[in-house]
Amino acid sequence: MSILDSKIPAGNISDKWTDYKDHLKLVAPNNRPKIDIIVVGTGLAGASAAASLGEMGYNVKAFCFQDSPRRAHSIAAQGGINAAKNYQNDGDSVYRLFYDTIKGGDYRAREANVHRLAEVSSSIIDQCVAQGVPFAREYGGLLDNRSFGGTQVQRTFYAAGQTGQQLLLGAYSALSRQIGLGRVKMYNRHEMLELVKVDGKARGIIARNLVTGELERHSAHAVVLASGGYGNVYFLSTNAMGSNVTAAWKAHKQGALFANPCYVQIHPTCVPVHGTNQAKLTLMSESLRNSGRIWVPKKKEDAEAIRSGKLKPTELKEEERDYYLERKYPAFGNLVPRDVASRAAKEVCDEGRGIEANDTNEGVYLDFSTEIKNKGKQAAYAAGDHNPSEEKIITLGKKWLEEKYGNLFQMYQKITDENPYETPMKIYPAVHYTMGGVWVDYNLQSSIPGCFVTGEANFSDHGANRLGASALMQGLADGYFVLPYTISNYLADEIRTGKISTESSEFEVAENNVKSQIDKFLSNNGTKSVDYFHKKLGLIMWNKVGMGRNAQGLQEAINEIDQLKKDFYIDVYVPGSNDELNPQLEKALRVADLIDLGQLMAMDALQRKESCGGHFREEYQDAEGETLRDDENFSFVGAWEYKGDDIKQEQLHKEELKYEFIKIAARNYK
Amino acid sequence: MAAKTINITLKIWRQKNCNSKGNMETYTLNDVSTASSFLEMLDQLNEQLINDKKEPVAFDHDCREGICGMCSLYINGRAHGPDNGVTTCQLHMRMFEDGATIYVEPWRSAAFPVVKDLVVDRSAFDRIQQAGGFVSVNTSGRTMDANAIPIPKEDADKAFEAAACIGCGACVATCKNGSAMLFVGAKVSQYALLPQGKVEATQRALNMVRQMDDEGFGNCTNTGACEIECPKGISLDNIARLNREFLKASLVSNK
Repeated sequence: MSILDSKIPAGNISDKWTDYKDHLKLVAPNNRPKIDIIVVGTGLAGASAAASLGEMGYNVKAFCFQDSPRRAHSIAAQGGINAAKNYQNDGDSVYRLFYDTIKGGDYRAREANVHRLAEVSSSIIDQCVAQGVPFAREYGGLLDNRSFGGTQVQRTFYAAGQTGQQLLLGAYSALSRQIGLGRVKMYNRHEMLELVKVDGKARGIIARNLVTGELERHSAHAVVLASGGYGNVYFLSTNAMGSNVTAAWKAHKQGALFANPCYVQIHPTCVPVHGTNQAKLTLMSESLRNSGRIWVPKKKEDAEAIRSGKLKPTELKEEERDYYLERKYPAFGNLVPRDVASRAAKEVCDEGRGIEANDTNEGVYLDFSTEIKNKGKQAAYAAGDHNPSEEKIITLGKKWLEEKYGNLFQMYQKITDENPYETPMKIYPAVHYTMGGVWVDYNLQSSIPGCFVTGEANFSDHGANRLGASALMQGLADGYFVLPYTISNYLADEIRTGKISTESSEFEVAENNVKSQIDKFLSNNGTKSVDYFHKKLGLIMWNKVGMGRNAQGLQEAINEIDQLKKDFYIDVYVPGSNDELNPQLEKALRVADLIDLGQLMAMDALQRKESCGGHFREEYQDAEGETLRDDENFSFVGAWEYKGDDIKQEQLHKEELKYEFIKIAARNYK
Repeated sequence: MAAKTINITLKIWRQKNCNSKGNMETYTLNDVSTASSFLEMLDQLNEQLINDKKEPVAFDHDCREGICGMCSLYINGRAHGPDNGVTTCQLHMRMFEDGATIYVEPWRSAAFPVVKDLVVDRSAFDRIQQAGGFVSVNTSGRTMDANAIPIPKEDADKAFEAAACIGCGACVATCKNGSAMLFVGAKVSQYALLPQGKVEATQRALNMVRQMDDEGFGNCTNTGACEIECPKGISLDNIARLNREFLKASLVSNK
């Protein structure tokens, strides 16, 4: 029998959460101030949790490594947030959102979790609007929606191309209110470097004050990790520079199982790589696929001419272009899910039809000229001009685009020095989101009692591929509407515990471990920067644990990371001292954990002998190059148990996925 | 617009911590791609310093796509450098000539003490927000339906434009008075324009302005420098609205 108990309640799918919630234990208001809770991370999942728990009356301590909780990387999410409101009367429902998310995840997510997510989605929008989040509206004053990949309804709420910013600032305002009221104590510029367990339960953390270098002991009755995803294992990704896996990885080393690490989302629409000094990649929102058509030249020679600057994309005739998504997937067209769109882009570039003049020629076009004409004509008609000139149509069409995507177009122009209103955007897939994460049960509790994990840091809702506009939904669902109930159920047994001492030997040992790791780095007389090793790790991961994976490459990656890890500890040079702001030291501590994680990702990808969602094993594809799932042997969550410094010794546990309410099928977007 | 490489000289402010005196240091950096962002250029400099066993330059940054508000820097006398509507992470080296000398300083303001080198402490902004930058609504899942209150598109759009502030502090750094009125005005405006924010409008305006004054920010004399340097184009209208809201609040408040 598996050690993994998902604790999914019995009953019909649509009643599970309501019934379960009604029978959870409560903590009375007079007892809540006696309970301490630590929340690590202040993105959507963390800020919403800290604010909600503070409102309830718990003593909350919240931590972020940035200079303010408002900087967390949820802020960069562009496109939108899904909710089953059916405001557009296109047949949407909780069931459809549930179904689309399960199918989008390629049948590798838990039914019960996903249904709960769909159920609470509607409340999220209500809550955010009540907070004053300025979502886009129609002229009648009601909320506007748009479509996203993998769906045939319009259920995505948005605020221009800055939806994540507006939602995070909403959660930050709720958090700020609690800080002002003294119910949440905020620790800016603090990084969690160890999870402290006492008698098997999570009882606190060791945090480093990044300004003074001081190691601090913080105790609590429960610890919530909302520390985000691990895309930076690839060095180049759309994640923020500081995004890291350290908090989650420390929990893993303390016994929390790490689930499905190989499930990584490579987002199809990012600005292509420009050179070797590049530090990160920038996303162009998926919402652009509502208006843009993706293509490459039909002929290799045309692609070559474009790369060498002899031919402009606008000079290529309609019939010389290959709108490959529309050709291959007529039902969903440019709005196929991200994993499908990314692989298709790789395929056409592998054929030599990429259009970007960089080292790898990797890039495809995202073209807005058709939309400019359509919307321009509509706008002219709406203004009473039923015979508009070509010029007027184009002017009005560009204006429409600017209103809808202005900030994205401006961002693109600043990066590339090209005007996307005049010439098609160049895009290419980049690492964006990680579906894997710390294994949690239905209560969002990890395999360590008292250690809860929310948002991108856990593994639970997106299976092998996340649909667009679902990450914001999950972060806020976890923090506002799930965790407050489930953590109270756990804390109901803690009302007699009393304050947790930080003087125990467990805290002593934990602090000493962190201290010795820091000392080791600072006294290591190496010759190479942390970035040197991080970039090497990124290349191994991108080439061998990226969009296309195979057994040989994965085995090579495991061996190469072994060597990289040895080299890193021998030869890394970390300047400066501990008792000051030391970004290089922060980076070294993070990269150490990313190296371990990278190896586990390769191991997980190797054991999963099937293709599903973002995990594409070249050995397992059908005649048309689509993913070939193996439901008989791989319909499980793969959760890894830490077994010491040698990651290769980690043990795999399987949680079987049962589909009782959705008929499992081949994922088809044709 | 093919990328090329340039050689530059950097004059960078170095300061160990808030208690020590700082000074400008000179560095030369070669082979900088014009396609690099300004911060990628600083990464390149730091890599060079680390390889020479020298202390790298500390600077704040995170998202590197112009939205988190963490990056700062006064470059050649301008907040976020010589381009309009961008943060430093979106500033590109194609804005500089080969052989250029570039001056890089931290935000300079009494309310933003230097932490180290180019890093400053902007937690005063957080405390202003905590004083009133919110609508007092608890998490419940039982608020009214999001479409129950229609909001005119124009108001919603204006509220959004104000809410687009990223809290970077360029407005304060660039203001000769070190005023935070654009930042506070943007937040007060967002809520003043929406029905959800009306209930607490009086208290919000009074409390946020009080906190702003307590933090040591200067007053606004309408020079308009903040609007010019704001990477998000936050309009001076928001300061006018803040003044109206504050005046109204002062008149109607019985506290």
